[in-house]
Amino acid sequence: MKALFRWLSSYWTILRRPSVHYSLGFLTLGGFIAGIIFWGGFNTALEATNTEQFCISCHEMESNVYVELQDTIHYTNRSGVRATCPDCHVPHQWTDKIARKMQASKEVWGKIFGTINTRDKFLEKRRELAEHEWARLKANDSLECRNCHNFEFMDFTRQSQRARQMHSTALASGQATCIDCHKGIAHRLPDMSGVKGWE
Amino acid sequence: MRSLPLLLVLLASLAHAADYPLDAPAPDGRRPGGTLSQERATPPLAEDENKDLKRERNYPEQPPTIPHTIRGYQVDKNGNKCLTCHSRSNSAKTQAPMISITHYMDRDGQTLAAVSPRRYFCTQCHVPQQEVKPLVGNDFRTIDQLLQDEVQRAGQQQ
Repeated sequence: MKALFRWLSSYWTILRRPSVHYSLGFLTLGGFIAGIIFWGGFNTALEATNTEQFCISCHEMESNVYVELQDTIHYTNRSGVRATCPDCHVPHQWTDKIARKMQASKEVWGKIFGTINTRDKFLEKRRELAEHEWARLKANDSLECRNCHNFEFMDFTRQSQRARQMHSTALASGQATCIDCHKGIAHRLPDMSGVKGWE
Repeated sequence: MRSLPLLLVLLASLAHAADYPLDAPAPDGRRPGGTLSQERATPPLAEDENKDLKRERNYPEQPPTIPHTIRGYQVDKNGNKCLTCHSRSNSAKTQAPMISITHYMDRDGQTLAAVSPRRYFCTQCHVPQQEVKPLVGNDFRTIDQLLQDEVQRAGQQQ
């Protein structure tokens, strides 16, 4: 313990002592430039992992969930606006995004150890994976849906009668959030037995 | 002499062509006009009607048609999207018509606790409608019209 303390305090004295060889200007400017490079590089790498190309570079994503997305209105529709994987699965706010990215390290683990590397394994795990996403969207009040579908700007007169009825009551009062009713809109559903509303 | 069969075939096909023109007029189906070898422009796909208004049934036993779009509705062994509104337990909340008691019966008329498997796949009987003109004429007369005819005939005989 004493040896460890001595070893640490030797580093502490180096940090405390003024620099002998390098000027203050060099250190300040150098630190500044290194900071830009580090921060820029970090964000670039982060954004690179936040693209659909990155997501479907794994066959688990490409041949299961991405294929299913292609039939849905979030992939192809009359106006050509579409959602990519991170639009729904990664928060847009920076802090939330970092939190989600840290959680995603579990997914890297899964990739390395082949947790869902066959179709059968994927189908077996689908309910669990879906439940994670339902729980996440329920907890953040369907934040990723609302990034595009803003309740404030919904025109009920342009909605069909039954959409208007549900949106103007349950959704408006905050009793329900998007994911409560709109499950399985972008991917196929797992076995829904026991899920609320699907009995 | 070797080419005799070939010659015969050629003659036969010529005679055939005279009787039946190869480029016969096409039947008036979805792409009316033209001939069999011509390629006509594809008619545009019609959109599903989405008015949420119940339609009249043409006879009492007719499965009601679906008055809304059902794009992306999943109905398989994992789940049934239709039943999330039309099931017994959900119809009060959504105000959607509940599926009738016949959907809970097996083919011997025994009532089951849950939807009978033979009635599970909704689109086997219930379908959305599109705003298109019928391709062929239809002179179907409803039972009401038949009854009215009967009454009129009876009136004429008196």
